[in-house]
Amino acid sequence: MKFQRIFAIVERDMRKFFRSPALMMSSMIFPLMQLIVLGYAFGGKIKGIKVAVVDEDRSAASRDVRQRFDAIIAGPQTMKIAEYNSLSDAELDLRTGFVRAIVYIPVDFSRRMEQGNRPRIAFIEDNTDNFVTSELLTRMQSLVQDINQGLNPFQPGQRLTVPPPRLNPLVDLQVVELYPYIEYIKYLLAGSIAMSIFIVAMIGGGITFIDDKSRGLHEGYLVTPIKKSELILGLIFSGAFKGLMAGTTITIIGGLIAGISRLWDPVRLIYLGIVLTTTSVAMLSFMFLLMVRVSDPLVPRAIFGVLNTLLYFPSGAIYPIEGFPVWLRWISYIDPFTYAVHALKALLLKDAGFQAIYSDVLILIGFSIVLVGLSVAFFKRQI
Amino acid sequence: MNTEHTNAIEVTRLKKTFGDFVAVNDVSFTVHTGEIFGLLGPNGAGKTTLIRMMTTLTPPTSGAAVVAGHDVVSDADGVRNSIGVIPQALTSDPELTARENMSIHAKLYGLTSAERQKLIPSLLESVGLTEFADKLVGSFSGGMRRRLEIARGLVHSPKILFLDEPTTGLDPVSRTAVWEMINKLKEGAGLTILLTTHYMDEADRLCDRIAIVDHGLLVALDTPTKLKDSVPGTDIVEAEFDNPPADWNAALEKLDGVTSVTSQDSVVHIASTSGPLTVGELMDLAREHRVAVRRVSVQGTTLDDVFLYYTGRQLRDAASETTRRDVSHLYK
Repeated sequence: MKFQRIFAIVERDMRKFFRSPALMMSSMIFPLMQLIVLGYAFGGKIKGIKVAVVDEDRSAASRDVRQRFDAIIAGPQTMKIAEYNSLSDAELDLRTGFVRAIVYIPVDFSRRMEQGNRPRIAFIEDNTDNFVTSELLTRMQSLVQDINQGLNPFQPGQRLTVPPPRLNPLVDLQVVELYPYIEYIKYLLAGSIAMSIFIVAMIGGGITFIDDKSRGLHEGYLVTPIKKSELILGLIFSGAFKGLMAGTTITIIGGLIAGISRLWDPVRLIYLGIVLTTTSVAMLSFMFLLMVRVSDPLVPRAIFGVLNTLLYFPSGAIYPIEGFPVWLRWISYIDPFTYAVHALKALLLKDAGFQAIYSDVLILIGFSIVLVGLSVAFFKRQI
Repeated sequence: MNTEHTNAIEVTRLKKTFGDFVAVNDVSFTVHTGEIFGLLGPNGAGKTTLIRMMTTLTPPTSGAAVVAGHDVVSDADGVRNSIGVIPQALTSDPELTARENMSIHAKLYGLTSAERQKLIPSLLESVGLTEFADKLVGSFSGGMRRRLEIARGLVHSPKILFLDEPTTGLDPVSRTAVWEMINKLKEGAGLTILLTTHYMDEADRLCDRIAIVDHGLLVALDTPTKLKDSVPGTDIVEAEFDNPPADWNAALEKLDGVTSVTSQDSVVHIASTSGPLTVGELMDLAREHRVAVRRVSVQGTTLDDVFLYYTGRQLRDAASETTRRDVSHLYK
């Protein structure tokens, strides 16, 4: 193997790349747009959800509940309260979408409280929207916790419970957050960086490779003494270099947009460089194995969207892998995106050290070696 | 392998099949060192497959080819290092400059920086592209690209240059420029050139020897002059008549000097040892039989006639016939 030949192929590709900024632009615009639009669309705090309150008890105890409820929702303004006189009216508006949930204090609430007989508050929810439901449930749990912890003005020392009483109310759960609050845009950033590398691999690797092949340019190289391993390594290295440039650019621009703290930490930048480099080589190797026997220029264009969906979404970039069904988890295990996203999240969100990324880096390197080996084996040196 | 050979290329019973289709069938020939050897035939005749086998791009199904003393199968790298190839498609990179195209190719052949500095400007000069050296190839005409590719094919000083249809798709001016270049190369230091073409005039003008290939078979091989001499009759009288009688061709065959008569549609080709004599007699005969002569012309034997004689068809007919056949599998 002669490095001069590999470098000649790299030089050729890089010269072409710098003459056509279209690839760099397209590899950045889509991931950045997705980061900004998805990041802000999903990342914002949900506010002003209309919730019906039906107080049939109309007692001092129920008024106390109301006051605590008002105090809890006053800060984040998650909910807007609408008072209803009857449960049936509230239910009608819930079904027609005028309100998203009902807080129902039944008529026997104060009596049961006095008797210590598990007083209940009902929370009736429109569960067609999981995001709204989970937000409301969080607020309701705060309310119940507040009521349980607060002193009962009527029966001192007695605590209230609401169904389902899974946790013993006498046990306090103290939540310790390891990291500052992570906005969704920060959560998405790792996926956007990986996607920019994928787009370079797809356009700068797959599509350009097949286009050059169909234009006959490869025939010009195949008549020279270049070995197929040299040609493939040259193409992968040049593609990976382009991927590294796109990935670095999105890391910096996306990091600034998402507000990643201490972005310029030199040690973290070195780790990011290692992850971006191994990710780029792995993505390009993956692309070349897919394209090694393809000669129709339409094929890479046709599978672009399919691959994007198949690689990006199972990677844990936008939703945790732990929530996937088994078959989707298997896709995520063989998806280079998964390891790239995991390592990038560790570095960008947790500011973790090398011990958090080395297994991802090793997997990506191993992945690249296997894929390059297979690409060389399957590549046809002859026409 | 020995280097003391007088034959630059030795092809022995070379065969290539694609499924049931026989693209090249048992072809044998030798190319002498220093000559320009032409493979002449219509599109789909098997020329490109032959050249691809000789340049290691396609493995032969059977038979052998030794190029510059190296076997194309067992010593493919030896062949690649000894030859320059200008494929039929324009293979120079349009997004690179002429100089960059040359330089990258030179690096693939392992040329040192000093060698590149010395060779590339002189090669660009020899193909008249010095002033375009730093222009993007995408802005070049087809002729300029072809000249650049010829220069690129010579960057490692090969012993043999393969040109696959070097002027196909070029305008007449560019064609002439490429021809002049090839002739200049021949005059230079002992380069052997093998080219394929479907242009008779190109083969006639450039080649020392010509092999006529049709349907994968080698049907004739000799110098252009000897090939023309091998066709019965040295002149061809081409004539068209209004309503000739049924036995008209037989009557024409009896004229002085006529060696053969063939007709295609309404055009009659009369091969004759003396064109003017035959024309005179033909006019007398027509007058005698009251047959109107619509057109008559005399021409010396051309390679067209050679092709017609050896294949039974004119080259343009063979070309249109082959374009109807699906040969896409040849390029897979």
